[in-house]
Amino acid sequence: MNKKGAGMREIKSHPILHFDRGGQVEFSFEGKRITAYQSETVAMALYRNGINVFSESSKLHRPRGMFCAIGKCSSCMMRVNGVPNVRTCILPVRSNMQVERQHGLGEKPSGVVHFLSPVEREETVTIIGGGPAGLSAAIVFAENGVKPLVIEQNPLLGGQLIKQTHKFFGSKNEGAGIRGIKIAKEMIQKVENLGIPTLARSSAFGFYPETDTLGVFKENQYIKVHSNYYLFATGAAERMIPFEGNDLPGVFGAGAAQTMMNIFGIKPGNRVLMVGAGNVGLIISYQLLQAGVEVAGVVEAAPRIGGYFVHAAKLRRFGVPILTSTTIKRAIGVARVEKAVTVSLDDKFNEIPNSEKEWGIDTVCLSTGLIPSVTLLAQAGCKMKYSPYLSGYVPIRNKNLMTTKENIFIAGDVSGVEEASTAILEGQLAAYSILKKMGKDAALQIDETRSELEKLRSGPFGTKILKGLEEVQYE
Amino acid sequence: MSDYLKTGYLNTSDLEFPDESVVKQHFVAVTECVQEIPCNPCVESCPVDAIKMEGINGVPHVDFKKCIGCGNCVAVCPGLAMFLVNIKEGKGRVSLPYEMLPLPNKGDTVNLLGRKGKIVGAGTVISIRQIEKDTTSSIITVEFDDPSLIKVVRNVGVIRNE
Ligand SMILES: Cc1cc2nc3c(=O)[nH]c(=O)nc-3n(C[C@H](O)[C@H](O)[C@H](O)COP(=O)(O)OP(=O)(O)OC[C@H]3O[C@@H](n4cnc5c(N)ncnc54)[C@H](O)[C@@H]3O)c2cc1C
Ligand code: SF4
Ligand code: SF4
Ligand code: FES
Repeated sequence: MNKKGAGMREIKSHPILHFDRGGQVEFSFEGKRITAYQSETVAMALYRNGINVFSESSKLHRPRGMFCAIGKCSSCMMRVNGVPNVRTCILPVRSNMQVERQHGLGEKPSGVVHFLSPVEREETVTIIGGGPAGLSAAIVFAENGVKPLVIEQNPLLGGQLIKQTHKFFGSKNEGAGIRGIKIAKEMIQKVENLGIPTLARSSAFGFYPETDTLGVFKENQYIKVHSNYYLFATGAAERMIPFEGNDLPGVFGAGAAQTMMNIFGIKPGNRVLMVGAGNVGLIISYQLLQAGVEVAGVVEAAPRIGGYFVHAAKLRRFGVPILTSTTIKRAIGVARVEKAVTVSLDDKFNEIPNSEKEWGIDTVCLSTGLIPSVTLLAQAGCKMKYSPYLSGYVPIRNKNLMTTKENIFIAGDVSGVEEASTAILEGQLAAYSILKKMGKDAALQIDETRSELEKLRSGPFGTKILKGLEEVQYE
Repeated sequence: MSDYLKTGYLNTSDLEFPDESVVKQHFVAVTECVQEIPCNPCVESCPVDAIKMEGINGVPHVDFKKCIGCGNCVAVCPGLAMFLVNIKEGKGRVSLPYEMLPLPNKGDTVNLLGRKGKIVGAGTVISIRQIEKDTTSSIITVEFDDPSLIKVVRNVGVIRNE
């Protein structure tokens, strides 16, 4: 690896993970040679080589970098081989690619660009999203004699689960005490063993209700999918919060930091301020420590830590402060975050005068909540409803996860942000419901899965979800 | 109980501790899991049924008389909220889960850290037990002179020789 810069952000040793980075390839970034690992995406290779700025905003020409790192926010769009607006965080590197920063909205491709002619596919069941919800559904289908098509926009299957290096909570049935990465590996293995067809690196981008067609784009080909049933398991995206400088490179969704360090073995920064003390913020802060990154502190606007206390305690005993009733006010820097300012809040969430605090940090991670990724469902004409308990607009559904359209089902975080154990169970439930609709005998499995879900949701952390479900369930 | 969701740590007075007579016989598990969360692998892991919990959302309670100090619950707990304590020949000993690098070596002097990460003394690593075959996640046992620290020491700081 070229020594300068490249090694700077690379994680050399990790207590939990071994990074299998593969061989090296070279590509060009604005005329410079960049050495990348074969397993990397373009954005990761650039970032590991010390490049923070990927584009410039259209009006104010502000520098932009990565934000979500999982293909959901479009903040990493660059010009690749002459084509603008390519999301580089999910684009695998290829040797001799030509990558350039994009200025503004991007001009029409200049050179000749080859798009393959569109193809059409007829399917029985199509699952959009290869996270724990989508994969658990796919396994149920295959085990019951139906081969579904799984569409996943990332190069890797497994969704959020492939970066959860911590041991899971719950009970034995849901893999408690086992690390999320291991649960994911087992599911992916099963999907492969069962010979379930998967289209990776394929984004579903439109649903046309007139013809019940799903539009998918795979690399440079348009695929029209016609399917009897659709199961949307598209997960959730990270919520951005408004503050001055929130678009500076170095402000990441916490999940992006997790993708960088736990999938690609790249340190998101040297010293991090975490915003939000829910489970995601607490867990990722701890994982930053494991990656050898300093965590300057965690701030939380609410007066109490929202995540599990045990996760907070793990951080505190490494000396990481957690400041409740505090929020971020400003991120400061030229081409990257160099400082941040936080402020204390009173019990009505108003800023307390003269309570600002400056932090010398190079990275801000936002873990201020997730929003269900429902756009395709809205486009499909499924009725939606807003539920704060489920983290945003979600499709109205019956107890068996059927939306207001008879051939469209949902499972996992897209139906309301919860956790992997429930996403897995919801995936199974949705699959059994579809199987039943197809005339298979699945009534018993439906009841069993529903009672498992009820058990998990019976505690204080489940109350919120149950309230939300009351608001959005019909029948 | 203290307002642990405001601060992120518990006070010693918030917790149940075994009698000194029990702690002087062998290692005994103590739990710092005080919030109702859907989790129970500690209960399932105990070979002598020493951990009681009401439903999966209940809080674990260790029956100090039953516990044989095997450490299964420390190894499995996803919240890293189980510890073992013991007093032997007047010295305090704590076994704690550790998932960071570098790992200390047996015989090393380490900083003893409390629940806020502050140094509360120095101790010697007397054993390291790796708990998973493909990670460095381990149970570290430290020994120290002041036995009253068994209620306080919940982490160690590895001293790096630069
Ligand atoms: C830091 C952190 C810690 C967590 N800890 C725990 C824990 O301890 N226990 C627990 O149970 N849960 C935990 N979770 C939650 C858990 O990971 C998620 O709830 C779970 O992954 C949700 O599964 P899902 O399948 O619904 O969504 P996801 O895992 O998000 O998967 C959705 C998939 O759909 C794909 N996709 C989305 N849109 C499209 C499209 N248009 N076209 C093609 N593909 C698309 C995405 O790329 C993604 O792979 C944690 C989450 C985080 C972030
Ligand atoms: S140390 Fe062993 S015996 Fe004691 S509570 Fe834990 S699992 Fe049970
Ligand atoms: S395994 Fe750990 S986190 Fe889970 S209930 Fe037991 S002590 Fe609490
Ligand atoms: S889409 Fe690539 S960073 Fe969000």
